Amino acid sequence: MSRLAQQPGERIDRSQPVSFTFDGKPAAGFAGDTIVSALYAGGRRVFSRSFKYHRPRGELCGCGQCANSLFQIEGAPGIRGCSEPIREGLRVVHQNAWPSLDFDVMRATDRVGGPFTPVGFYYKTFIRPRRLWPVYEKVLRSAAGLGRLPRRQDEREWETEYRRRRCDVLVIGGGAAGLAAATRAAELGADVVLCDEDAVLGGLLGIEGGHERVRELEGRARDAGVEILSGAPALGFFDGLVPVWQGSTLHQVRADQHVVATGAIQQPLVFADNDLPGVMLSGGARRLAAAYAVKPGERAVVATVDDRGLDDALALSAVGLDVVVADLRPDAGGGELAGRIRAAGITLLTGHTVVRAQGRDRVERAVVAKVDARGRALGDGSTHDCDLIAVSGGSAGALSLLLQAGGRAIYRPEIAGFAVTELPAGLHAAGAAAGHDRAEAVEVSGAIAGAEAAAALGRSPNGVADARERLAQLPAAAPVATPPAQASDGGRRGKAFVDLDEDVTVKDIKRATLEGYDSLELSKRYTTVTMGPSQGRFSQLPAARVLAAETGLDLGTVGLTTARPPWSTVPMGVLAGRPLEAAKRSAVHRRHEELGATVRWAGDWRRAYDYGDPVGESVAVQAAAGIIDVSTLGKLLVRGPDAGELLDRLYPNRMSNLAPDRIRYGVTTSEAGRITDDGTVCRIDDETFYVTTTSAGVAGVEQSFTWWLETWGLNAHITDLTQGVAAMNLAGPQARGVLTGLTDLDCSAEAFKYLDARHAEIAGVPCMLLRIGFVGELGYEIHCPSVNAEHVWDAIVRAGSKVGLRPFGLEPQRVLRLQKLHVIVGQDTDSEMTPYGAGMDWIVKLDKQQDFIGRWALEHTAAHEPSVRLVGFTTPGGELPTEGAVVLGTDGAPEGQVTSARRSPRLGQVIGLATVPAALAGDGAQIWISDAGRRIAATVTTKPFYDPEGEVLRS
Amino acid sequence: MSFLLTCPNCGTREVTDFGFGGEASTRPASRPSARELNTYIYFRRNAAGVQREWWHHRSGCRAWFLAERDTRTNHVIWTALPADAPAGQTPA
Ligand SMILES: [Zn+2]
Repeated sequence: MSRLAQQPGERIDRSQPVSFTFDGKPAAGFAGDTIVSALYAGGRRVFSRSFKYHRPRGELCGCGQCANSLFQIEGAPGIRGCSEPIREGLRVVHQNAWPSLDFDVMRATDRVGGPFTPVGFYYKTFIRPRRLWPVYEKVLRSAAGLGRLPRRQDEREWETEYRRRRCDVLVIGGGAAGLAAATRAAELGADVVLCDEDAVLGGLLGIEGGHERVRELEGRARDAGVEILSGAPALGFFDGLVPVWQGSTLHQVRADQHVVATGAIQQPLVFADNDLPGVMLSGGARRLAAAYAVKPGERAVVATVDDRGLDDALALSAVGLDVVVADLRPDAGGGELAGRIRAAGITLLTGHTVVRAQGRDRVERAVVAKVDARGRALGDGSTHDCDLIAVSGGSAGALSLLLQAGGRAIYRPEIAGFAVTELPAGLHAAGAAAGHDRAEAVEVSGAIAGAEAAAALGRSPNGVADARERLAQLPAAAPVATPPAQASDGGRRGKAFVDLDEDVTVKDIKRATLEGYDSLELSKRYTTVTMGPSQGRFSQLPAARVLAAETGLDLGTVGLTTARPPWSTVPMGVLAGRPLEAAKRSAVHRRHEELGATVRWAGDWRRAYDYGDPVGESVAVQAAAGIIDVSTLGKLLVRGPDAGELLDRLYPNRMSNLAPDRIRYGVTTSEAGRITDDGTVCRIDDETFYVTTTSAGVAGVEQSFTWWLETWGLNAHITDLTQGVAAMNLAGPQARGVLTGLTDLDCSAEAFKYLDARHAEIAGVPCMLLRIGFVGELGYEIHCPSVNAEHVWDAIVRAGSKVGLRPFGLEPQRVLRLQKLHVIVGQDTDSEMTPYGAGMDWIVKLDKQQDFIGRWALEHTAAHEPSVRLVGFTTPGGELPTEGAVVLGTDGAPEGQVTSARRSPRLGQVIGLATVPAALAGDGAQIWISDAGRRIAATVTTKPFYDPEGEVLRS
Repeated sequence: MSFLLTCPNCGTREVTDFGFGGEASTRPASRPSARELNTYIYFRRNAAGVQREWWHHRSGCRAWFLAERDTRTNHVIWTALPADAPAGQTPA
């Protein structure tokens, strides 16, 4: 165990032990520990195997930024062990190593070197022969990759709540700068949200001994009314919308003003075997000690180019490590920190840096030397026994969000890195992200940003000029030395990594440059540098330095790669949302389930396809009676003095001359004359029409109708009644008898004719009855309030049971409709089909006065024979073609297709609808259907197969 | 794409609450030539700049309204119900 005595501001609760398992073996920690801090405390130093070479890797950052400790947790891959808290019973499993983390056979790819080493190896080696790529791919995919996607459905499902939050100011980052900014803006009256990726606020300040100050700042922020989201990374910047992921909630935050206080990312150093477990960022080592009371090692060599490394060295020394410091700066910054290092008795080697890490699978020694400007060792240097090499390669501002939001990055040699300029309006940078690195400056810059954000909202903050003055007078940061692209002792052994995520070495970047990939964007694509899970946080600057050294360009010219979201890793499930099945069920749906219906999707609806016996159900309709739930039909009430005029302009046929209580079938067309929907229009009174649409089409029809209504400025209203009104179709020779027993209405053929509508009570429920039918039999469509639908359904089923009535589903209805050659819009028509092509020439009234939607296009169409027509067909040989099978033209070329085909039990033959070339669209014409190798002869018919004259329907 | 729109009935909402109805255009007043008809049906100006366009408050009051928006920046200049919309050029 390497747990320290209680540390001021530690996050762990020693009174709450937590047990979990790692690779099946028991592990323990305390509440507040991360996976890595708990395992580290237990002595583990190897946390992963690298992507390509399967080299052992230890912890790097300690704060959820690196990819060195990704684990598989209960099915989810890629979980960051250095920020993921442990929970009782958590099962943690390593990734990318077989058979175990400590012994991985794929390490051979690293040891043998050879063919696996060069960059671009995959591109060059596996490109030929092409036909073998699928085989290569299978092998390569299983050798590469990190973690395994869950296979079990329950492990794949995510439940994410979406929350939209509008606010005045969003502050990203909850360190000293962010807290100060949020507090200032909130105290000036702004509605402020602050988010931070860490579970505990405070950022660097909390780790560097300022936890008391953090507590004060946080308290002030809460008192000022700031909404604080912790454990909540901001994922990116999307035109002002910032998604913030917090556990099972995705906050979609839209703010007027943004303060980005995302801090800075401590950079690694590049030297031979700089990936050995035990090479860690000095801030990461310090964080293990300060936040989790874990002693990161016994003997440390701290290699630094800035004051932060010196400060970390003091902190490590204070918790009992034996420390040697190698500072690249000839004067170690020349500040008071160097003095404190010496005063603490710590060996300080100025102008030195680490040129090589040594050890077998973990750090055992560091080779430290003076180096020249290009990083080459001057002399042999000295070797220091150690188990920790803590590095501080300078700080890179976490600029990604600022750049995504429109800022521009420029190189600033004095900080050996990039800073952001030209922030667009409404965007403010504060703290280390704005280039401030001393605690006081960080906090003051935050307060200024908060005040400026409030000022942009029209508040009048006081004291901003004073604060700026104060900020300007604060002592400047100590100079930073620019680390060389690679520090080297000239030895050939060992790999010097610029990107640990992707196993990209200095050599890889050099080789890519020689091959012509001499810009950072090209190099990135060829070597995959910066493309790993840490999104270039630790590799962008080192890669740019190698490229600059190779090409002779300065870093400002090499630049950075484009900043793109997501800035933080996010599971796909969070973005994909929860597994919502937006199922609509009719008011009678329970009855279908009770009857054992086969329920299937029909658009958004769950519908009864059959009740187990589609043939018997269709026979019952024709022999006695049947009832089908058609509540899914769209139902619109069109009302107003101009209602008739509106419908005349929307339908190609006439509606305004429809008498009250009469019904007419109609199709709607687009301006291009193509069929968009169909249904019936029933006139209730002078100013009221009841319009039905297809089940799937109602939303589109309503949108289109209301749009034209607005455009024309007619006096009418459209109300969608679809959900409130249920409908069922009672059909069959016994339908009249069944209905008569349930109502006082005179249902005789003389009093209630085909295409009549009536209001009447059925079983005591006020209903509207439409005498229409698409199944070919005498039929009534009964519309009633949804709340009463089960009652009406039950009454009809009970009354009908004496005469053999059966409920029937969609499938028998398809057969019955097909016998009548009734077209189903969307099944038998496509987006190119006109009423003429669909054989509905009669429905287009070009002689009517009004303009109507599609009129001009239809006038044009009417003057030309359509290339294909929709006709019925039978197959004399009895073969059932697949829907979608090709209809051949006279020259044998594909010219049409089968849109519907069924075996009709009543007719004892195969019937269908198909688009066929116009030349073959006449009654009795022979066509050939080509269906997956079969050639099927078929005969065309344009008349319904059943009751062609409609006598049954009208009876 | 992400921005805010103000429904004249309901107030300001995320754009994902709305359906886009396309740029405002005018239906020919009388029978167009084949070329005019083709242009009317199939051609759009696709302006890089400010355009007048239709929006539908799909997840709200379901009203249609007009907006003027800069297609380059998604800056919305105004929204209004058709009756209240400022008179303006209605592009051919
Ligand atoms: Zn609205």
